Amino acid sequence: MPFIPHTPADEQAMLEQVGVDSIAALFAEIPAELRMGDSPALTHGEAMSEMAMLRWMGERAEQDAGLICFAGAGCYDHHVPAAVWDIAGRGEFMTAYTPYQAEASQGTLQLVFEYQSMMCALTAMDASNASVYDGASGLAEAILMAVRKAARKSRSRRVLMAETLHPHYRDAARNIVTNQGVEIETLPMAEGRCDLQRLPGDAPLAAVVVQQPNFFGLLEDVDRLTDWAKGQGATVVGVVNPLTLSVLKPPGQWGESGADIACGDGQPFGAPMSSGGPSFGFICAKAALTRQLPGRIIGQTEDASGRVGYSLTLQAREQHIRRGKATSNICTNQGLLVTAAAVHMALMGAKGLAAAASASRANTLRLVERLTAVKGVRQLFPGPCFHECALALPRPAGEVLDALLDRGILGGVSLTKHFPELGNALLVCATEKRSDNEIDAYAKALNSVIAG
Amino acid sequence: MSTIFDLGQPGRNAAAQCAGPDGEALAGLPEAALRTAAPALPEVSELQAVRHYTNLSAKNFSIDGQFYPLGSCTMKYNPRGAHRAASLPGFLGRHPLAPERASQGFMGCLFALQEILKEVTGMAAVSLTPMAGAQGEFAGVAMIRAYHRARGDLERHEILTPDAAHGTNPATAVMCGYTVREVAVDGNGDVDLDALKAAVGPQTAGLMMTNPSTCGVFERQVVQIAQVVHDAGGLLYYDGANLNAILGKVRPADMGFDVLHLNLHKTFATPHGGGGPGAGPVGVGERLLPHLPVPVVARNEDGYRWLTEDDIPGTIGRLSAFAGNAGILLRALAYALMLGRAGMDRVSDFAVLNAAYLATRLKAAGFELAYPNRAATHEFILTLAANAKAHGVSAMDFAKRLLDFGIHAPTTYFPLLVPECFLIEPTETECREELDRFVDAMTAIAEEAERDPENLRTAPHNLPVGRLDDVKAARDLKLRWMPG
Amino acid sequence: MSDTPDDLRYASTHEWARLDDGSVVVGISDHAQDALGDVVYVELPELGQEVQAGEEVAVVESVKAASDIYAPVGGVVEAINEALDDGPEVVNQDPYGDGWFFQITPDDETQLEDLLNAEAYAEQCAAEQD
Repeated sequence: MPFIPHTPADEQAMLEQVGVDSIAALFAEIPAELRMGDSPALTHGEAMSEMAMLRWMGERAEQDAGLICFAGAGCYDHHVPAAVWDIAGRGEFMTAYTPYQAEASQGTLQLVFEYQSMMCALTAMDASNASVYDGASGLAEAILMAVRKAARKSRSRRVLMAETLHPHYRDAARNIVTNQGVEIETLPMAEGRCDLQRLPGDAPLAAVVVQQPNFFGLLEDVDRLTDWAKGQGATVVGVVNPLTLSVLKPPGQWGESGADIACGDGQPFGAPMSSGGPSFGFICAKAALTRQLPGRIIGQTEDASGRVGYSLTLQAREQHIRRGKATSNICTNQGLLVTAAAVHMALMGAKGLAAAASASRANTLRLVERLTAVKGVRQLFPGPCFHECALALPRPAGEVLDALLDRGILGGVSLTKHFPELGNALLVCATEKRSDNEIDAYAKALNSVIAG
Repeated sequence: MSTIFDLGQPGRNAAAQCAGPDGEALAGLPEAALRTAAPALPEVSELQAVRHYTNLSAKNFSIDGQFYPLGSCTMKYNPRGAHRAASLPGFLGRHPLAPERASQGFMGCLFALQEILKEVTGMAAVSLTPMAGAQGEFAGVAMIRAYHRARGDLERHEILTPDAAHGTNPATAVMCGYTVREVAVDGNGDVDLDALKAAVGPQTAGLMMTNPSTCGVFERQVVQIAQVVHDAGGLLYYDGANLNAILGKVRPADMGFDVLHLNLHKTFATPHGGGGPGAGPVGVGERLLPHLPVPVVARNEDGYRWLTEDDIPGTIGRLSAFAGNAGILLRALAYALMLGRAGMDRVSDFAVLNAAYLATRLKAAGFELAYPNRAATHEFILTLAANAKAHGVSAMDFAKRLLDFGIHAPTTYFPLLVPECFLIEPTETECREELDRFVDAMTAIAEEAERDPENLRTAPHNLPVGRLDDVKAARDLKLRWMPG
Repeated sequence: MSDTPDDLRYASTHEWARLDDGSVVVGISDHAQDALGDVVYVELPELGQEVQAGEEVAVVESVKAASDIYAPVGGVVEAINEALDDGPEVVNQDPYGDGWFFQITPDDETQLEDLLNAEAYAEQCAAEQD
């Protein structure tokens, strides 16, 4: 029996101990009419051996494999140092439970404390939680933090969200927060960046949400936006790619006094693309918002003999104690991915992260230069981009991407669904992993697709 | 133990991890957008980092190392084969926005998992996107809300939960804009049906519950409960936390539930990872089909395709940037494939046998069961109130002393209704000898409580640190490393 | 037995209130601090905040619980005990003195009469312990 160790003798002895004559008797309290009996066999009725399962799954994994990836849009094909998953994959980390029994969980607890410290350093914030599900759902939590803060001052439930924010983040955040009566308004864009001429006046705002670099890979004037938003009494939420913070100004230093909350997705730190999950969402905040952070937080403390140790702290905010009045219903953090991220950051250091970020930018610039040499292809928006760039194509992006697939290339992400007004637009990205040959191959393929 | 920061030296780094100096790549970026000082990250060699985190890992309990009889958490063995399958390069290398044509392998896997979960729950459809149990709950309650609103039924503002419910249930209801009313549970661990009848009304949006309940017993009146809630116009939500007890035997749909979430990191053996990731797929009956969260995988003659907002206009929408915790879903599928239909049935058989055996042996050893007249399900509750009174030792002291025996503590002080309680769930993957070892340890600790209660109160004694000062942690907040 | 001074009024939700030169000082009872255990944090109302009698205006946290504090009378918050920020343990040490939470200028002093006297409150606490 897969994963069940009982021999017939075990089963017999245990039933005797319990005082029943069959396992079926143990289910006697369940009304008979609720039992499913021998229902039709499951789709995959027969148990597979590990070998057979790996073959079955392997065939499917193979079907999708082999594309050269030039897609970004929130999920990036970065190099993951070999040691990262050798460590994170250790059973001691991978099969541990949530560290509620602190004395038996010092490994995970100290590691997450180190993770929190690294994230605070990167974002220039005072506190970090132990992570949430992903960047998009984390943004929803950040908005709710701001709304709770506003509940004691302006009582505003209005949130201004940049149109240049990842459209999936906008959707997910809206879907999560509007049940609580939060109103989302959009700050429109001009030429791919927040339109500073169209900032709203009058009514108080609970939060202003800006992404840097934005969805199109462009840099926003975060200093001005932050100062303006603070002048409105709003909490400033910066959605950031943590890798870019190795070289870009951290949210905690935006404008005169810094953004209040930094959040985003940790995928660039050690998480394979893996169809977009699991990765992890991070939320870091200024000290005044520490107690509004949702989810788990690790603190340093001592035992009776003065030895330093770590434990979950501020738990009275959480659902298992505070129930309906908790800061969030969230229980889980993406612990294993945080484990990978901490090891990743330790291995890379500030220098390694900056090298990966700037090599990614160099490759993207090279790619854009090559692709815009193809007739009819041009950069969609003016101004410098970071490691992603929107291109205008002479043909529908979906058709172009489809034709590129036949040449083994995942050529980027079509912008048509979310930004139809931009015409035939494509978002491309070349990380530090893309070689000159691969970039060449893409340019040649695009040329033949468009010429053809 | 030093932190990784303490191990560093200015200027040291793991040079093999530098993608190459390319400083000029920052040219053209406005000065004001750039960082002026490098972030204070560790400056260590690759060996230092590897050794540091390897040594930290040794300070953890884990399923691979220790028995975890942790009630409501289903800490069963996490098959390595499932981990291997989800780590195949084709799966790890797939970009989430790759076109459908280049994603048929992955989408086929998700479709297969959707079908398996439909079959074991009896639901009409499943969406795999919620990233954990709590997000599944959110999706479920948001669908209940969408259902009532779509019908123009705007007066329903209240969600009911049993007072023994897990804290996420009320927290979720509030996140979805509802108020919460708790319904009492009686002395046998069943919902008080009269209290429920008094609580329902035109304000009732739904009832959230699990079965077996958080009291570790099967809710025998579940059909009547469903009737009462449905008659009042409410919907019934199944929290899948305890599905391991009835997997392959009872389908939540047949108990009258309209919507549910499953915790794949419990029932389907995906690793807990020291706190996550999980996965919390939702299943719905016909009434909530129009509101399923997206994306969902559909199959037609051409293959698999994504259903999005365009296909399900009444959807509660997407809840994450992409399609949830895909890698966890693949692990759950691999596990389900290795079990097969008969294996599902055996999971609940042996989960319940192990719990019943452990309960019987502990009772014989002098421990008090919280619900002595009820059959154990996959878990059961001990109350240590008598020990607490006689010897001044708490359930927490017992729990900490168990750690010294190399056994993870059961869930303590949950449900809150039972004083000084242990919620114990051995799972089907533990062998009889391990269960016997647990009884021996509990017996030894109970004897020690009489002889030397102070040794319990100061436990643990054999771990890297002694009992930690939680009050100090909360009063003098130290949430990050600071240079010394 | 917990201490229940005779000169105070009490809410059934375990706040005490003392009329002091036209304003009402509020804290939590000895019974409440004992039940909570070591207090680690108190979230206080805003200065100048208008509150209704029975409204949630503050939160007190221990490591194992968090309890809402309700305004025993309606009015305007005129003072808060900022010393609790750095020393929340004073709530355990001196619940009726230095451990006060906030002070309200009441709309109507007679609302105090709706609260329990010491004897009635002590009876309520004794009943809860059974």
